[in-house]
Amino acid sequence: MAVLQIREAIRDAMREEMLRDDRVFLMGEEVGHYEGAYKCSQGLLKEFGEKRVIDTPITETGFAGVGIGAAMCGLRPIIEFMTFNFSAVAFDQIINNAAKIHHMTGGQFHAPMVFRGPNAAAHMLGSTHSQAFDTFYAHIPGLKVVSVATPKDAKGLLKAAIRDPNPVIFFESEVQYGVKGEVPEDEYLIELGVADTKREGADVTLLCWGQSVAIALAAAELAQEKGLDVEVIDLRSLRPLDEQTIFDSVRKTNRAVVVEHGWPYGGVGSHLIARIQEECFDALDAPVLKVCYEDLPMSYAENLEHLTIPQPSQVLEALEEVSYRG
Amino acid sequence: MDGQTRDLPPLTEGLKAASQDELAHAFKEMLRIRRFEENATRAYTRGKISGFLHLYIGQEAIAIGTNLAMREGDRIVATYRDHGFALAQGCDATACMAELFGRSGGLVGGVGGSMHFFDRDKGMWGGYAIIGNHVPLAAGHAFAAKYLSDGKVTICFLGDGAVGIGPTHEGMTLAGLWGLPVVFVVENNRYSMGTPLGRTLPVEDITLRAQGYGMESDRFEVTDPFQVRDRLKVAVDRAREESKPTLIELLTYRFRGHSMSDPGKYRTKAELDGFRNRDPMEMTRRALMELHGVSEDALEAVDEAIIEEMDVAMASADASPQPVPEHRFKNVYVEE
Ligand SMILES: Cc1ncc(C[n+]2csc(CCOP(=O)(O)OP(=O)(O)O)c2C)c(N)n1
Ligand SMILES: [Mg+2]
Repeated sequence: MAVLQIREAIRDAMREEMLRDDRVFLMGEEVGHYEGAYKCSQGLLKEFGEKRVIDTPITETGFAGVGIGAAMCGLRPIIEFMTFNFSAVAFDQIINNAAKIHHMTGGQFHAPMVFRGPNAAAHMLGSTHSQAFDTFYAHIPGLKVVSVATPKDAKGLLKAAIRDPNPVIFFESEVQYGVKGEVPEDEYLIELGVADTKREGADVTLLCWGQSVAIALAAAELAQEKGLDVEVIDLRSLRPLDEQTIFDSVRKTNRAVVVEHGWPYGGVGSHLIARIQEECFDALDAPVLKVCYEDLPMSYAENLEHLTIPQPSQVLEALEEVSYRG
Repeated sequence: MDGQTRDLPPLTEGLKAASQDELAHAFKEMLRIRRFEENATRAYTRGKISGFLHLYIGQEAIAIGTNLAMREGDRIVATYRDHGFALAQGCDATACMAELFGRSGGLVGGVGGSMHFFDRDKGMWGGYAIIGNHVPLAAGHAFAAKYLSDGKVTICFLGDGAVGIGPTHEGMTLAGLWGLPVVFVVENNRYSMGTPLGRTLPVEDITLRAQGYGMESDRFEVTDPFQVRDRLKVAVDRAREESKPTLIELLTYRFRGHSMSDPGKYRTKAELDGFRNRDPMEMTRRALMELHGVSEDALEAVDEAIIEEMDVAMASADASPQPVPEHRFKNVYVEE
C-alpha cells in the first residue's frame, strides 16, 4: 500500500476517473495553473490540458450552473468550490437545479456530477469561512452527501461519486488535506451510503463523520483509559445514510453519542438522534447525547474558536454521562 | 374595416418577403399558441389548472421565428413563460395541457406544471422558474456542445426582469470568456410583473451590456416571425460556425397580465391598444389577406380547425388520469 495525503488521494481519484472517462472534467477557481487552492489538482492541468482542467473567474453561481448544464448533456463535471463557504452563492443552482432536474423533468434529465471542496471550520478563519454545510445539503432530497476523513475513503468514495448518476456533494476539510494514510495500489471503489466502523467497541456507540472522526477517535482513546470500550462509526455518507449499521451498533451498546462539526439546531446530529430514538428506543439505556459547535457564529480568536468547536475532552464527558460514570 | 386599416401600421419587409406558404405556416402556428393559451385561461377559471400560469399571448412570433432559425438538435432554454416555445417546437398540445392539469399524460408526467415544460427530443430544454438561474445552465449546455464538438446551439430566453440578477451576469460572463455557442435572448415585454423597465433597469438598452461580455449584440422591436427568424439566424450561425455568443434584446409585449392573478392594471388602455394594433400575429394575417388575397373565410377555417384541435387537446388532457400516488417517489435519484 502507498501512503498518501488526503489531497493526493483526491487528486489520484480525479486523475484515474479522467483517464477512464473523457467526459469527466474539473472546473473551479485556481484548479488549473495554480493546481488548487489546497493543491488537490497537482499535475492535472499538465496532464489533461485546459479543455478538461478549467480555471474559472470568481463566479460560483456561474460555474456551478455551467457544470449542471453540461451534466445534463451527458458530461461528468467535477466542480470544485475553493471552500464550501462559497457554495452559499451557488446554493440556488445546487438545490433548485442540480437536485431537482431529474424529478422536475419526469426523469428526462439528470445531473451526474460532483461538487467538492473543504467544508466546516478550519483554523481561525472567522465566521464566514468556517461554515458547516452538512445539514443544508443533507436536507435536500435529490442530492447525495459524502464526507471523508481518511485518504483511503477519500479516494474510493470520490471515484464512486464521480461515477454516480446523481449530483453528489463531497465534503473535505482544509485541516485534513495533509492527513496521511494507507491507500491500496489497485483500483477500488467505496460504495456511497455505507458507514465504516473505525473502531469496534462494546460499551458506547460514537457517531462521527468528516472532521469529527479524528475527535471521536481521540475521545475513544481517552475513554479506553477510563475503562470504556467505545465503538466509533464513521458515517462517510450522510445521504444515503447507513442506518442499519447505526442501529445494529446501538442495539449492541445500548448507548450513543454523536460528535459533529456543525451547529446544534436541527442538524444532522439531531436527525441521527431522532432516528435512533424512533428505531432503537427499547434498546437505549440512556438519552442519546450530541457534542457539536456551540450555537454561535465562529469567532476568529484562537481561544474562542477552540471553545466553540467540540473537543475530545467534551466527547469523553458525554461518553461517561451516557454510561452513568464520572 | 377600411376605417381601421388606415390606422394600422404598414406591412413589414419580413412579411413582404415571405412566401404564402411561409406566412400560412407561421400564422397557423402562432394562432395555435394563442388558442392554447386561451383554453388554458378558461381551464384556470374553471379550477382545472392551479398554481402560476403565465401566458405567452402577444409574444408568439418570437417562439415561431426562433423555431424557424433552429436546426435539429439545437436547444431552447426558456423561463416559466414557456408554453409557446413548447408548442412551437412541436410538443404535443395534449401533453402540454395535461401538464397544466397535473395529469400523468403531461409533458413531464404532471410533476412540473406550467413553469417546467421539458421535452428533450423536441429541443425543449425547460422551463425554469427561479429568475436567471437557467442562464448558467444554458451556458453549460453550450459548454458541453463545444466540449463534444457536436455543433449544437443553445438559445436561452430571459425576461427584462432577469437582467439585473446575479446568475445572468455570471452565465454571460463565462459564455463570453469561453466563446460558447449560445444565443441569449432577452424578451423585453416592457414589464417585470407590474414594474415597468424604467424602474428596474439603470440603462434602457440592455444590449449595451454585450460589450462588457465580449459579445456581439442585436436589438429590435419584434414585428413579425420572419424578422425574428432572420435576425436570430445570424446569431445562431455565429454560435455554430464561430463558437461565439450573442446577446439579443427583443422588444415585445404581452397582452395579458403577468400571470392569471394579475389583471395588469398598471397599463393604460391606449398603450395596450397601440400594441394590439401591431400584434405580429395579426400582421401576419393581414399579409396573407393583403398580399396573397387569402379570404377571410379561409382564415376563419384555419382558426376553426385550431379551435377544434385545442378543444380536443383539452378534453384529452382532462381524460388523462392523475399520476398514481407512487409516482411521487420516482426520479428523485437515478437508480442504477
Ligand atoms: C429569483 C426570483 N425572484 C423572484 C421571482 C418571482 N417572479 C417571477 S416572474 C417575476 C417577474 C419577471 O419578469 P421578467 O423577467 O420581465 O419576465 P416576464 O414575466 O415579463 O416574461 C418575478 C419577480 C422568481 N421567480 N425568482
Ligand atoms: Mg418582462
